[in-house]
Amino acid sequence: MTAAETDHKNPGEPVIQIVGLNKWFGPFHVLRDINLSVAPRERIVICGPSGSGKSTLIRCTNRLEEHQEGQIIVDGTELTRDLKNIDAIRREVGMVFQSFNLFPHLTVLENCTLAPIWVRKTSKAEAEEIAMEYLTRVKIPEQAEKYPGQLSGGQQQRVAIARSLCMRPNIMLFDEPTSALDPEMIKEVLDVMVDLAETGMTMLVVTHEMGFASQVADRVIFMDEGQIVEQNTPDEFFNNPQSDRTKLFLSQILSH
Amino acid sequence: MTDQAFHRSQSEMLGERPPPANSVGVIGWMRRNLFSSATNTLVTILSLVLLWWIVPPLFNWVFFDASYSGSVGADCVGHGACWAWLDQRIDQFLYGFYPPESYWRVNLSVILLVPALAFVLFDRLPGAKYGRWYSLAYPFIAAILLVGGFGLEGVTTDKFGGFMLNLVAGVAGIALSLPIGILLALGRRSKLPLIRWLSVGFIEFIRGVPLITLLFVAVIILQLFLPSEVSLDQLLRVMIMITLFASGYMAEVIRGGLQAIPKGQYEAAEAMGLRYWQSMRLIILPQALKISIPGIVNTFIGLFKDTTLLIIIGLFDILGQARLLQTNQDWIGKVDHETFLLAALFFFVICFSMSRYSLKLEKRLDTTRR
Repeated sequence: MTAAETDHKNPGEPVIQIVGLNKWFGPFHVLRDINLSVAPRERIVICGPSGSGKSTLIRCTNRLEEHQEGQIIVDGTELTRDLKNIDAIRREVGMVFQSFNLFPHLTVLENCTLAPIWVRKTSKAEAEEIAMEYLTRVKIPEQAEKYPGQLSGGQQQRVAIARSLCMRPNIMLFDEPTSALDPEMIKEVLDVMVDLAETGMTMLVVTHEMGFASQVADRVIFMDEGQIVEQNTPDEFFNNPQSDRTKLFLSQILSH
Repeated sequence: MTDQAFHRSQSEMLGERPPPANSVGVIGWMRRNLFSSATNTLVTILSLVLLWWIVPPLFNWVFFDASYSGSVGADCVGHGACWAWLDQRIDQFLYGFYPPESYWRVNLSVILLVPALAFVLFDRLPGAKYGRWYSLAYPFIAAILLVGGFGLEGVTTDKFGGFMLNLVAGVAGIALSLPIGILLALGRRSKLPLIRWLSVGFIEFIRGVPLITLLFVAVIILQLFLPSEVSLDQLLRVMIMITLFASGYMAEVIRGGLQAIPKGQYEAAEAMGLRYWQSMRLIILPQALKISIPGIVNTFIGLFKDTTLLIIIGLFDILGQARLLQTNQDWIGKVDHETFLLAALFFFVICFSMSRYSLKLEKRLDTTRR
């Protein structure tokens, strides 16, 4: 029994339901007829060549990108132009970016307490308590008073994860969280993500870290040219890929 | 005993030694900065010659050869500057034609301005919370003090003059042009076409027209359109124009700052559920304004100096007072340089202070220090 599970409004129902999703950037058809349903506590890794639409897909899930066709239902709320729905969904969905996107003019602690105070209307004292709890979980409570510019890339990304968790989301989106990091820092971030997966958080992770995928994911999705080409358990996906595109992709990223 | 001494000297680390005398202190600094190469030495010597050529004669003219007493220009007989007029005229240079028995009201407004500014500029003062309210109330307090009302005798704005007039118009313009500029900059980047077009139209109009044209419009043409019973104070009209003019420039300076903020900052704020105004106030503007500080202060300084254009509505600011005295029968031909020099000094003190404060602010807001 975890917090993440009990917080879902409709236990047993999919927590994210994407039906017939289509999106264009100008004339460019970036997402083509995507259907995806994510169960509570499910951990999904999305991979694929660059430009395949994987980032756009998860960015549609919290309305950083607007879709033109299809339905996205997050935790029982459909994403429409209705600002109330968008706000409700963004409160439930945390996001971690490739480039961290910490706020450089605020301390680590202020980065973490900002949204709880202004969006959730938590008191400052309580927000700081929550922030320290999550900073401890990502193993950098001692950096709370520093500014992001004084931290290493790995530390910054861990702060970014803690910052998202402070909103106590049910779902976490990760958009290539380790792609901007030096090799020796990738591990510290992945460790935090593995910890998080073990608490039962629903996670959608766009990444090329195949070790992480096989260790943590319940399902691996391979996208190319804006569509889901193949999805399977990590075991089957890596050992027994079905489509030629998947085989080619795997041979390219696993050859080193 | 000898053994012990031997051991001790073995284990001793090398102590600190001061650096060679010729690399520290004044001599070291001069070697590094003034005489490091042949070219550098040459430039240093040339600069010294130039200074020797300019500074002593200037000081002689301004101070040592100057005449300080007399009641007309003819009393100034030396080769130096003529400062004899200061005694009779300094009040007009400061207060214009403001009634002398009410000078204290101007002085009090300036004294009250100091804490009002301090609460805005320095955020770690005791009582800052109430101080901000005071700062907000200050413009109204000052207006009442200067114009009268609430038992104070009324003074019409055509009596305003001298450096006080520059300060009134400058402070009001500076206080208002920043918020208006911010709104215009945000408006220009708005997703709503109507707001965007209005902002662009306003900014481009303001930047495309000389300030003096706008002032003439404010003074002469505006009256033609207003019903005759409505008479907006002339000084107020001109102050509004100067403020709007500075706002247009301010908007573009701030837009530059906004554009330097990475898209990721907007996205992170959005993803956390912050609304537009929240993310602007908490995330985007603090960063954008920090980047824009040099440009903002530049605009402030420009605005402050533009207050000298008040002369076109027949008000005599400090520069106007200088012109008045220069054409005065008693002083004609004797005080041309001196009066301008004094006016320049007043402006320089204020503008230089703004510039220094902005440097300090930039340093304090720099969060990338390691």
